[in-house]
Amino acid sequence: MFEDDAIPVEKIDRNIFLTTVDWIYNWGRQYSMWPAMFGLACCAIEMIGASTARYDIARFGMEFYRASPRHADLMIVAGTVTHKMAPQVKRIWDQMPEPKYCLAMGSCAISGGIFKSYAVLQGVDEIVPVDVYVPGCPPRPEALFDGIRKIHQMVRAQSIKTVRWYGKEKKEA
Amino acid sequence: MQVLDDLWIRIAVWFRGLLESFLPPWAVQLTMDVLGILLLIVLGIVVVLAFTYMERKVIARVGDRIGPNRAGPFGIFQAIADAIKMLTKEDVTPTNADRWLFLAAPIVVIIPAVLLYAVLPLGRGMVGVDLNIAVVFVVAMGGIPILTMLMAGWASNNKYALLGAFRTVAQLISYEVPMVVALLTVVLLAGTMSTVGIVEAQASFPFALVTPVAFVVYMLAGLAELNRTPFDLLEADSEIVAGYFIEYSGMKFAMFFLAEYINLFMVAGMITTLFLAGWQWPILPSWLWFLIKVVLVIFLMMWIRATFPRFRIDQMLGFAWKALVPLSLINLFLVALVAKVLEPGWVRTGVLFVSNLALLAGAIAIMAQVARKREERARAAGEAAIKRYYGSEVR
Ligand code: SF4
Repeated sequence: MFEDDAIPVEKIDRNIFLTTVDWIYNWGRQYSMWPAMFGLACCAIEMIGASTARYDIARFGMEFYRASPRHADLMIVAGTVTHKMAPQVKRIWDQMPEPKYCLAMGSCAISGGIFKSYAVLQGVDEIVPVDVYVPGCPPRPEALFDGIRKIHQMVRAQSIKTVRWYGKEKKEA
Repeated sequence: MQVLDDLWIRIAVWFRGLLESFLPPWAVQLTMDVLGILLLIVLGIVVVLAFTYMERKVIARVGDRIGPNRAGPFGIFQAIADAIKMLTKEDVTPTNADRWLFLAAPIVVIIPAVLLYAVLPLGRGMVGVDLNIAVVFVVAMGGIPILTMLMAGWASNNKYALLGAFRTVAQLISYEVPMVVALLTVVLLAGTMSTVGIVEAQASFPFALVTPVAFVVYMLAGLAELNRTPFDLLEADSEIVAGYFIEYSGMKFAMFFLAEYINLFMVAGMITTLFLAGWQWPILPSWLWFLIKVVLVIFLMMWIRATFPRFRIDQMLGFAWKALVPLSLINLFLVALVAKVLEPGWVRTGVLFVSNLALLAGAIAIMAQVARKREERARAAGEAAIKRYYGSEVR
């Protein structure tokens, strides 16, 4: 199911040394992506299910759900983001140190889903930058893994030279 | 076998000879000392890499999962991937943190952990320094992490970090007492405080057989000292998020992680040295025996971690003061008495073993009785409350 995705090779102008560094850098981050431990609604149950014996998220080195956002690399927004909860979600995202990724899990996190109401945020991408969307209501753990694979793919395509978080200049808001 | 047994010593002697051929004596001594220290530090880091992987795999297998298997064959490079990730992660210092203390805590926490390796006999004749007060040294060094945890908790300027630090202090100070008394029992039997001497005193019987009570007490106190489940209250993520290192990110967090696993090896090594006859036992080379025993003890600790839930804080402190301290004190008294009356040998070991088992059984029976009483009282109170609410008939 999880055949290795091809490593993009379009950057031929980079030298050998940097590609090796990139490979190690991305390899390390890819297999040590600790998710932040928080769930918002029913989708969280599927996220928990992904770490049980049948699906076993630990295979990717991701079983350390960190309670403190300072130790986390990946924010899985699993569930309905109400307007009441949105500031807290934003805060967790802001507290996570770079490099960090965000995965919106379930139709609620993507677009508000069935809750087209005054109380629910219509998609978590209104407050945090989302990297991967995993549709479903709820998505099965396999779908979550597919999203995680997409994030791995994204990480592999990055280069230490061009990533935004080591620059000295002020980050855009 | 003889060759294998003192393999490392031969290498050291050969290397020393090599150095002596072109260096003055003081430089030789200096080089050898620095190399020894470096080797112990490297050993610490290798230990961390090996045991984090082992822990994740063991806990996964206990939970009928596979565990890490993507990074390298069977996931053996998992710890390296984690290290790369932590090294390159952003380093956050909270605005209101006490900057210097915040910076110092992760550095200071690693020092006592590495220093302790100096007195650990890794094999026959393989010990950093043969201190004649090694046991006191171990206890003293074991006290320093308390300070660093309090430093980290205070400097973070975070209420959960501070709560975690307070819990640590309460826990470690409480468990230091039964630990020291168990150590005292061993010292009494061995007649020496040097770790090498203690290992040599176990030539005929390991102390785990002579006084099982001290062994059990030391094991439990060691678990508490390491903040491992069931005593991992200071990191209880369901209560206080992550404990004292909640605000640390990247490499600083990794330092706490490192210290934790270095300490794990150290406590397992001390249990091996004090109770399982250290590097002794026939056939295999001494250092290999030591390693095997340490890995077995660590496996036992991981097994406990995968099996038991967490204590509540009052239960934990109550267990230390009401169960472990009296038990270890009675045991110390018993051992002192028997060791005074009987000569060393089979008879003394037998008497001690049997009386220790009886003590252990008695203690467990009393604890079970107390627990049953408490449960009955709680049930009676609950039934009374139901009666008060619904009237007398309805149940
Ligand atoms: S997407 Fe569906 S399962 Fe997920 S949180 Fe929304 S309603 Fe629940």
